[in-house]
Amino acid sequence: MSLYIEKLPTPGLTREEFVRALHNFLPVESVLCDPASLRPYECDGLSAYRELPWVVAIPDQLEHVQAILKLCHAHQIPVIARGAGTGLSGGALPRDNCLLLSMAKFNQIIAIDPANRSARVQPGVRNLAISEAAGAYGLYYAPDPSSQIACSIGGNVAENSGGVHCLKYGLTVHNVLQVQLLTIDGEFVTLGSQALDGPGLDLLAVCNGSEGLLGIITEVTVKLLPKPERAQVMLAAFDDITKAGAAVGNIIAAGIIPAGLEMMDNLAIRAAEAFVHVGYPIDAAAILLCELDGTNAEVSEQLLRVHNLLLTAGATQVRTAKDDHERLQLWKGRKSAFPAVGRLAPDYYCMDGTIPRKELPTVLRTIAELSQQYQLPVANVFHAGDGNLHPLILFDANKPGELRKAEEFGAAILELCVKVGGTITGEHGVGIEKINQMCVQFATAELQQFHALKSAFDPAGLLNPGKAIPTLQRCAEHGAMHVHHGKLAHPELERF
Amino acid sequence: MDSADLGLLWQERVREHHSRHLPLHIEGGHSKAFYGLNTTATTVLNTQAHCGILNYEPSELVITARAGTPLSEIESTLAAQQQMLAFEPPHFAATATLGGCIATGLSGPRRPYTGSVRDFVLGATVINGKGERLHFGGEVMKNVAGYDVARLLCGSMGTLGVILDASLKVLPLPEVEQTQVFELTSAAALTKMQMLAQQSLPLSASCYTGQQLYLRLSGTARAVEHAQQHLGGEKLPHTSPFWQKLKEQTLAFFTTGQPLWRIAVPPAAPDLPINGTQLIDWGGAQRWLHTDASADMIFNTAQRSGGHATLFRHGQRDADVFQPLQGKLKELHINTKLAFDPNGILNRGRMYSYY
Ligand SMILES: Cc1cc2nc3c(=O)[nH]c(=O)nc-3n(C[C@H](O)[C@H](O)[C@H](O)COP(=O)(O)OP(=O)(O)OC[C@H]3O[C@@H](n4cnc5c(N)ncnc54)[C@H](O)[C@@H]3O)c2cc1C
Repeated sequence: MSLYIEKLPTPGLTREEFVRALHNFLPVESVLCDPASLRPYECDGLSAYRELPWVVAIPDQLEHVQAILKLCHAHQIPVIARGAGTGLSGGALPRDNCLLLSMAKFNQIIAIDPANRSARVQPGVRNLAISEAAGAYGLYYAPDPSSQIACSIGGNVAENSGGVHCLKYGLTVHNVLQVQLLTIDGEFVTLGSQALDGPGLDLLAVCNGSEGLLGIITEVTVKLLPKPERAQVMLAAFDDITKAGAAVGNIIAAGIIPAGLEMMDNLAIRAAEAFVHVGYPIDAAAILLCELDGTNAEVSEQLLRVHNLLLTAGATQVRTAKDDHERLQLWKGRKSAFPAVGRLAPDYYCMDGTIPRKELPTVLRTIAELSQQYQLPVANVFHAGDGNLHPLILFDANKPGELRKAEEFGAAILELCVKVGGTITGEHGVGIEKINQMCVQFATAELQQFHALKSAFDPAGLLNPGKAIPTLQRCAEHGAMHVHHGKLAHPELERF
Repeated sequence: MDSADLGLLWQERVREHHSRHLPLHIEGGHSKAFYGLNTTATTVLNTQAHCGILNYEPSELVITARAGTPLSEIESTLAAQQQMLAFEPPHFAATATLGGCIATGLSGPRRPYTGSVRDFVLGATVINGKGERLHFGGEVMKNVAGYDVARLLCGSMGTLGVILDASLKVLPLPEVEQTQVFELTSAAALTKMQMLAQQSLPLSASCYTGQQLYLRLSGTARAVEHAQQHLGGEKLPHTSPFWQKLKEQTLAFFTTGQPLWRIAVPPAAPDLPINGTQLIDWGGAQRWLHTDASADMIFNTAQRSGGHATLFRHGQRDADVFQPLQGKLKELHINTKLAFDPNGILNRGRMYSYY
């Protein structure tokens, strides 16, 4: 894709000198620098963007991470952290003259503390592994990205990831008590505490979603919750997607907050069904998956009410999972929606805008129109309860011009989300992918404030440079200007 | 622009103070003026005139209001639609404003079960120390574009910016609430709180004071009834103002006029080795203490148990009232303050003496 390369500071060491310096304290196998071994690290989950790393380090001791950062700091070598590499916005995309620092070997659960309902874990621990370990105590970690079998908790914190249960239980930021960071000068700092809040400013809130720009996450203490006594999922089919949208609003308006409330459109339903065979109604225009959890008594009462609300909203069929196996099957279809849709075309491009829920019909209609206009099919998967859309644009990168068309289509969707009062990213992060749309969402002074905050942690700008927050020059070049109260947002910059 | 929008006026004032390096003290309804360090600023920016609910859509679960809006107005507007601020913010006076609620970052009894102010803040407009009007976050539930500055403002004591307005997520009011009371020692109460917190129960508050453990249940009628049968204990009459008085600190425990400390600890932390009288809230995670012990001793004890302490009321307000910071954390605080307020004019010295 059309990757914009911002100038990076020239590193103070050549590649050979740097590798030699790393070998002073790292074993040979922890430093990768030949093309064959670098290849697996050339992209994250957004594989349309690729670049062979300059050097990759895979340490397994915190003192080594500290030494690496001190070395990089002393010689002005930028550092890009990488967890499991499942990110969908190119956050862990390598860049030339940068070290790619893999945290994957820090995969130990340090302690589970059932009395305090918390777990202290290393950053490379997989999301699902936490719930698996906590399960022995009847506890679990609530945020459950669909990538949970693979993604790391360090990456989750860096992206402030969500999942299908975030409607009721919140995002990563709501479920993390404490983070230990290494700043770029190689110093440890603890944000938050083992209590419910921390001393001083809430820098923990800023660390969540900071995309590796403020520090290297070396340890995370997450909050654990007791497993609900009962969880029950319902599948409702609709012959019209706007009716499904209205049903979502009605459930919330009735004072019910489901644990999860997800929507899929026909293309997504058919793709998921063909992939996992769980009995989704392939003729439906849309389905809703609604999970209720809590005590047995509470779930029984709410099931009945939601069932009626769904029928009143025009559901053509409502099915309640009869046991936990069926419940997990129904979720399996949703959780594998991305790879399932991925089988429909050589490539797909996943968007992540969030909108006020009431705008759903308008936004869906416009996305359908854009699909016609760009001549590219789109499958829609939503975290409907909280208005987070994942339109999946299908294309073939080998056909000349299709990649560019997909990119333009995606950008149009994101700008639409901003226009209706939403945001360009709900959970996947800005990374390199949505950096231009940041210029649409934020004005100059706001971007400058972000840069000032970044400098408070990383004055030399060595951590994940060029990601998440665009430079003002870049916004001027992108041309898609933020228009706020009728004024152009970056008037001080010359147009190119 | 309507008459209650004082944003431009305030920007002018902040810009002037910025250029002249003059401290500016931000004040809302004066309800939490006792909180934080004494400051020396003589010029006051009062936010009460910048008020009004800007947007409220019950089915979107979001409310946006100007900083000077009385908390009571927000809560009554929500209650009319069977909704609430689920972090149960303390008012401490009828004049309490939304801005003060966010700046102090204080939450009430429901906090351990639903979340704190910062968990519910979705977006905010703020004037930084240079007089720039900035908007962060928004009115949607999920937003990871840019750093989460809106949440950073919570508990920042007005040291990073003048909050103009904020958007909050709201929740439906529970259908039914019921409190059960148990006679226990503090150690037994702490054990019981932790045991119950590991179970699937519709708990929404738990507090121990005067040898009694109060457990509040919230949810659907049958869920509350079942849980009540499971828990046992004495039923607290519905007319009891216990939780309201706990939240507003008007229970007898709070009215002695002695120094009051708030100690945040991991919920299962055993009774703290500090002499004094205590009240345990937040299922064990928030301990209120009347004590004459030295500040150093209290700060050290809190830190050793994995938490932190605040001298909340009735204490010496010239020395540290918030847990002292050290090393890199202190450096990051100073840098963050400078990033928002380079000349150090906003609420200078209210949070830490060095900014
Ligand atoms: C099939 C599929 C489904 C997905 N579903 C969801 C979903 O439901 N919800 C959701 O939110 N996301 C989802 N994602 C996106 C992705 O899984 C998340 O963003 C995840 O949190 C990334 O974790 P990771 O360990 O793979 O991080 P990486 O991709 O390795 O890195 C992501 C970012 O975090 C930074 N980072 C990583 N580790 C550290 C560290 N230790 N210290 C500092 N910075 C660090 C990197 O620099 C980068 O900017 C999905 C992805 C795929 C492929």
